[in-house]
Amino acid sequence: MKKIKWVFSLSICAAAFLISCSKEIIERTENIAALNPTNIDLNAGTWKTILLKRPDTFLVNAPALTNSPAYIAELNEIKGLQQNISSAQKEIIKYWSAGSVLRWNEILRGLVAKYNLPPYQNADDTYPAPSSANPFSYPQFPFSNPPYAARAYAYISAAQYDALVAAWHYKTLYNRVAPYTVDSTVRALVPKSALPAFPSEDAVIGGVTAEMMKLLFPTEIAFIQQKLAEEEEYRIVSGANVRSDVVAGEALGRQVAAVFVARAKADHAGAALGTPQVWINLASSTSALGQVPWISLELPKRPPMLPLFGKVTPFLFDTSTVKMLRPGPPPSTSSDSFNIENQEAYAQIKNPTREQNRIVQYWADGIGTYTPPGHWNAIAAEDFIKQNYSEVRWARNMALLNMTLMDAGIVCWDTKYYYFNPRPTQMIPEVKTLTGIPNFPSYISGHSTFSESAATILGHILPANSSKYEAMSHEAAMSRFISGIHTRLDCDKGLEVGRSVGNYAVRRAMTDGAE
Amino acid sequence: MNQNIIFRTKHFLITVFSCFIFCQLQAQTDLDAIMMNKKQLCTGLMYNHSAWDYYWEGTLKRNNLNLGTVSTQSTMGGVNYGITNKLNVMISAPYVWTKSSAGTLHGSRGLQDVSFFVKWKPVTLSFKQNKISLYLIGGFSTPLTNYQVDYLPLTLGIGSTNIISRGMIDFKHQRFTVTASATYIWRSNVEIDRTSYYDTRPHLTNQVKMPDASQYQLRTGYRGRYLIAEALLTNWTTLGGFDITRNNMPFPSNRMNITTVGGNFKYTLKSYTHLSFLAGANYTVAGRNVGKATAYNAGAFYAFYVNKSTRKNINN
Repeated sequence: MKKIKWVFSLSICAAAFLISCSKEIIERTENIAALNPTNIDLNAGTWKTILLKRPDTFLVNAPALTNSPAYIAELNEIKGLQQNISSAQKEIIKYWSAGSVLRWNEILRGLVAKYNLPPYQNADDTYPAPSSANPFSYPQFPFSNPPYAARAYAYISAAQYDALVAAWHYKTLYNRVAPYTVDSTVRALVPKSALPAFPSEDAVIGGVTAEMMKLLFPTEIAFIQQKLAEEEEYRIVSGANVRSDVVAGEALGRQVAAVFVARAKADHAGAALGTPQVWINLASSTSALGQVPWISLELPKRPPMLPLFGKVTPFLFDTSTVKMLRPGPPPSTSSDSFNIENQEAYAQIKNPTREQNRIVQYWADGIGTYTPPGHWNAIAAEDFIKQNYSEVRWARNMALLNMTLMDAGIVCWDTKYYYFNPRPTQMIPEVKTLTGIPNFPSYISGHSTFSESAATILGHILPANSSKYEAMSHEAAMSRFISGIHTRLDCDKGLEVGRSVGNYAVRRAMTDGAE
Repeated sequence: MNQNIIFRTKHFLITVFSCFIFCQLQAQTDLDAIMMNKKQLCTGLMYNHSAWDYYWEGTLKRNNLNLGTVSTQSTMGGVNYGITNKLNVMISAPYVWTKSSAGTLHGSRGLQDVSFFVKWKPVTLSFKQNKISLYLIGGFSTPLTNYQVDYLPLTLGIGSTNIISRGMIDFKHQRFTVTASATYIWRSNVEIDRTSYYDTRPHLTNQVKMPDASQYQLRTGYRGRYLIAEALLTNWTTLGGFDITRNNMPFPSNRMNITTVGGNFKYTLKSYTHLSFLAGANYTVAGRNVGKATAYNAGAFYAFYVNKSTRKNINN
């Protein structure tokens, strides 16, 4: 009997444990409050645009007056919708009211993670390349590796920013207020704002993003379109916009996107993959200088990742500046000092501590993730949430960050393929890495360059966080050294280059009219 | 005499919980129909080796030249104690080390999970030369260290805390036995070192929701005074989770399913019944998001007779 009681009480304990351990997970930005800007930045129509020549490059016609029959019909649409708000609509309101730039940035990060998968090899040990002309067949287009991702984040953020500057121009020009201000029987299901509602900033962001996505993630157009429709529905149901605010906003966004799409098609990224001849030349020209050329450490050997990405046109400076920012050469591959660097990397991986592994995994951002640029987007976004920025300032800050990250990627890739320097594991095969080894040359570290460029511009945007960003950037850089992926020199030089690139963004930030 | 023969390791834990891909489900005390007698104490040490070249990426069987052969070895120590003839408790923990024969990835090593089981035999029916027994088994396992779980397939374990409930029926006709068991494994969420991940959608958290799992086992063979020889068929099914996408890395919450066939042997020295030896092997015949592993194990066990009056054969 005694034992039965014992087993019985044990099962009670187990049951209690089960009940107390719910598996429900609350994600970091799941329950954040609706965006309620402390400053609506009413003058943002005068801020300096990136590609648009003028904020009124694209004409937005004057909207109907708020006492016109057309507008009153639009108010009636909102009132009708508000009579019966479904739980799905409440979810949409909760999700999107956190902020449009934030949510689209999260969606983009998700797509980058989904598509950041290297193609599987062909039967003859060559590799297929994703094709934008045939995006649905394997390997799916794109392979959103770090350079691809950096460029995608930059184009979308920059286009969002220009489109919002244009939107703010028309908001102040026409000054048509929000439906809940016009008619007190329209409920405001978002925080009320004094910002003119025409054209809708959410629709502008959604429109410009959806249009950019056609180029960057062509297999996801239907998904993006659905998200856009949800966002626009949220604006109307919540009483924040009438339909004509939304229609005008989406149209403006799509027009501005066309300018950025045109730039993207001519920025040389399409040729970044190189050709078999380019790959051979990289190795032979390095050998001709008496240096050991990089070789792929994958099996079968994979062509190097986007060897001509260094030729992509940057946002913050011109192409000649890329060469100027390129650091001097690493030590000769036959020198003692190079050997010492690699031996030091070898020493790092012999007995990794749990804390070292944690740091490595925290910053790894390898395949199937949103990449290092995406990680810095996440860091920035979660700090920006606390700042209660207007949408246009959100966009401006994300554009500064992402143009920096893209340009850092360009300078870093230029350097990597200029020197075509082998990794520690190539020089010392016993260097087993604590995370997956990237398929491109070692010098200089991409993580370090990306991270310090981001820390530099973010430290300017949020000076109170500056030392935190610096510490994070240095940890990200060191994570590549302690994982055996890079020499310490690769990381130190990456940090230097990243800081130089970041300073270009700081200079722009000080003169764009937003500070 | 042979009552010491009872201890069998729980490779279960090294295998299924730890393994992406190398699950091999061994004979163990928590999975067999053997009880220790009252006040008997048995300790043992087992070595286990598991390796695979091929694995299932979702349902697609493939190899990976950047891993070559992935092998997991472990040594497990354990103690099994008879509170009564019908109620046993057991505890064990393995030290695990992993490596891949090709590619550049660093292997792992360290202590994995401690597991604790209570095994109860509430009902035994005898008729003629047959005997049917019912067993209820409850278990708990949890990581002993905070090893990294998001490093498949070279991680030490999956990192979840598990609550295991099992029902088992054993039929015995003279020395011939058939044992069938069904198990439900509740698994806690796990924490990974990064702040975001993508399974079938993006997640902004370091928490990973782990699907529960079920396990079925059928075993049959000879159960003698000194020798036990059994054939095993085991299936582990994860109740949820997602498939590894094309050429992606595995993840702790993948839908890992595995079916293995194997054999187990145990021999107790006639001249010195304190000591027994075990050996076993198994082979993966079907799987999903796991390695097609072949595994073998060997070990030795020592029994203490705390209460000599209870010495009798309990291999029943």
